[in-house]
Amino acid sequence: MSHAVTEAPGQPARPQGKPALSEGKKAERKLGLLLCAPAALVMLAVTGYPIIYSIWLSLQRYDLRFPDERQFVGLDNYVAVLSNSYWWTAFGTTMFITVVSVAIELVLGMALALIMHRTLVGRGLVRTVTLIPYGIVTVVAAFSWFYAWTPETGYLANALAGDGAPLTEQWPSLWIIILAEVWKTTPFMALLLMAGLALVPDDLLKAASVDGANAWQRFSKVMVPVMKPAILVALLFRTLDAFRVFDNIFVLTNGANDTGSVSMQTYNNLIKGLNLGIGSAMAVLIFVTVALIAFIFIKVFGTAAPGSDQGSKR
Amino acid sequence: MAEIVLDKVTKRYPDGALAVSEMEIEIADGEFVILVGPSGCGKSTALNMIAGLEDISSGELRIDGSRANEKAPKDRDIAMVFQSYALYPHMSVRENMAFPLRLAKVADATVRSKVEEAAEILDLTQHLDRKPSNLSGGQRQRVAMGRAIVRSPKAFLMDEPLSNLDAKLRGQMRTSVSKLQRQLGTTTVYVTHDQTEAMTLGDRVVVLRGGIVQQIGSPQFLYDHPANLFVAGFIGSPSMNFVPATLEDGTLKSPLGTIPLTDRVRRLAEAADAPREVVAGIRPEHFEDAALLDDAHRHGGVSFSATVDVLESMGAEKYAYFSLEEDLATTAELEELAADAGAGDVPGGGSAVVARLAASSEAREGSPLDVWFDPDRIQLFDPAKGTNLTYSA
Repeated sequence: MSHAVTEAPGQPARPQGKPALSEGKKAERKLGLLLCAPAALVMLAVTGYPIIYSIWLSLQRYDLRFPDERQFVGLDNYVAVLSNSYWWTAFGTTMFITVVSVAIELVLGMALALIMHRTLVGRGLVRTVTLIPYGIVTVVAAFSWFYAWTPETGYLANALAGDGAPLTEQWPSLWIIILAEVWKTTPFMALLLMAGLALVPDDLLKAASVDGANAWQRFSKVMVPVMKPAILVALLFRTLDAFRVFDNIFVLTNGANDTGSVSMQTYNNLIKGLNLGIGSAMAVLIFVTVALIAFIFIKVFGTAAPGSDQGSKR
Repeated sequence: MAEIVLDKVTKRYPDGALAVSEMEIEIADGEFVILVGPSGCGKSTALNMIAGLEDISSGELRIDGSRANEKAPKDRDIAMVFQSYALYPHMSVRENMAFPLRLAKVADATVRSKVEEAAEILDLTQHLDRKPSNLSGGQRQRVAMGRAIVRSPKAFLMDEPLSNLDAKLRGQMRTSVSKLQRQLGTTTVYVTHDQTEAMTLGDRVVVLRGGIVQQIGSPQFLYDHPANLFVAGFIGSPSMNFVPATLEDGTLKSPLGTIPLTDRVRRLAEAADAPREVVAGIRPEHFEDAALLDDAHRHGGVSFSATVDVLESMGAEKYAYFSLEEDLATTAELEELAADAGAGDVPGGGSAVVARLAASSEAREGSPLDVWFDPDRIQLFDPAKGTNLTYSA
């Protein structure tokens, strides 16, 4: 304070003016916090509490069949889960379904988005038709896939599977699960990507075609880089979603033949097996994995969003 | 470098709207041609058709003597500068400028030297590794120019390239665009709605209205010999004053008084078979404060007296606005021009006669002023058809 005064004599208004300004800012910040508080409290109650409670449960031996043996065991449950081959099989299956279905969804979603973006006639109709799968309840859709692939009565089984029962074999089952996932969520991907497409100015594409780019080069060298943030958001959303795949597997195979996901495993242990400790440890592991995926994606965002971010980074 | 020929080029949209109608221009090799007109006149559509960004409905476009209607933009070897600059936001300045060369698979060393050469010309060397988002408007504009010139294309197409710059920068860039074009000698088609750019930049100006070419000529020729009311009103700033007038016994009865016709004007009007009721046009700069003229000079012209409503002093000159008892001439063309200038939004806008006076004039707001003009400078227009009755090539 005294420094400021000695260095800038004859300007006493400034040091006096500053606290007044920050006072106003303080009040503003306080008001902001107050306005956020109700939402934050609800969030804490409905997400914070369950997360913390399941972490607490995961640190205990707690099987509802033997409630008397409840005991704090530290990380034992995690050791049990992580050293178990069933968990890792389920983890591998989940990863496979996630990566393959999101990759297919990205390609198909982009194609759909381009079609919806470019459609001149009946735009509303095209968009509505595209969104129908997304509007159907997953379990209902899963059942229709299930019946379609049921030998003798299912039209897809009759047409494609011959005498076999695809839902009783591991690889055919996995591909059918992926098919159901892709069918169901590609429209969501397409919607997100279409929003990104709208961000690519027409002039850029015109400039690229005058600069000598063909259709593919316009797409890959201009459109995709410019809409990269939207693509990453779409990928993040879908990856997080896909990693938690449950309903399709539950209906189609119920996890038989090593087709269960980590969510299936958790369900089997927690709800069917009544083992709260092991089940909660699995739930926490899923939570950690999902958080890790989100973290990696957001790291990628920070470095790769084109154009606008550079200025703010400096 | 190439010549560009538009042979009855027409653009008709699927809904039937006619954007460009039978446009006929021969643009010589190295020429700088301006397409000018109010918004919606078809100038950008015409440019997009030359670029290949819009299909040509009928007629033929020839670049360098060969038909280009069906060629894709990338095969026309033409560079374009957009109003929005259309810089690729994910590429550095260097990559932006190199993009067309990379697509053309030019060798790396050549790309580097060409980009650096262009950057040198445009004073962008120290910005080569920055992203467009970190550049000022003027710098972005120069990058857009750079991307056009690196390829040494057959022609430059520019779509209002300076419209997004502030007035001062626009003036500077106008000069440098003109210099650059002369230096490179590349055929250029330049679209603008700004008549100042049209007057100062082009070798020839094409004035468009509603998709129809109104007149083609050098800027000075359009200024001196406008073919019709629209061109007369569009070219020149402030624009020409138009008053209704009646031809009677070799004189012109108008709100500015009875004006004797000079021999030249009378001969041209008779040759054009002028109707009795006409629109008389006179440019603001052809008026003068009568008090500043010596007697001999004064008797060579006509004077009238009017009260100055508003006086704007520009330093080097003064603009005096006065309203007349009778309304000013109105025709479809003039209304369109007024609407384009935004006069419709200003109450009473466009209903005053403007005179440009010398700075030494002692005219004052609210006082009457004797205004002098040379009747030979008057141009007469047909109020129905808009044609210039005193047109002489």
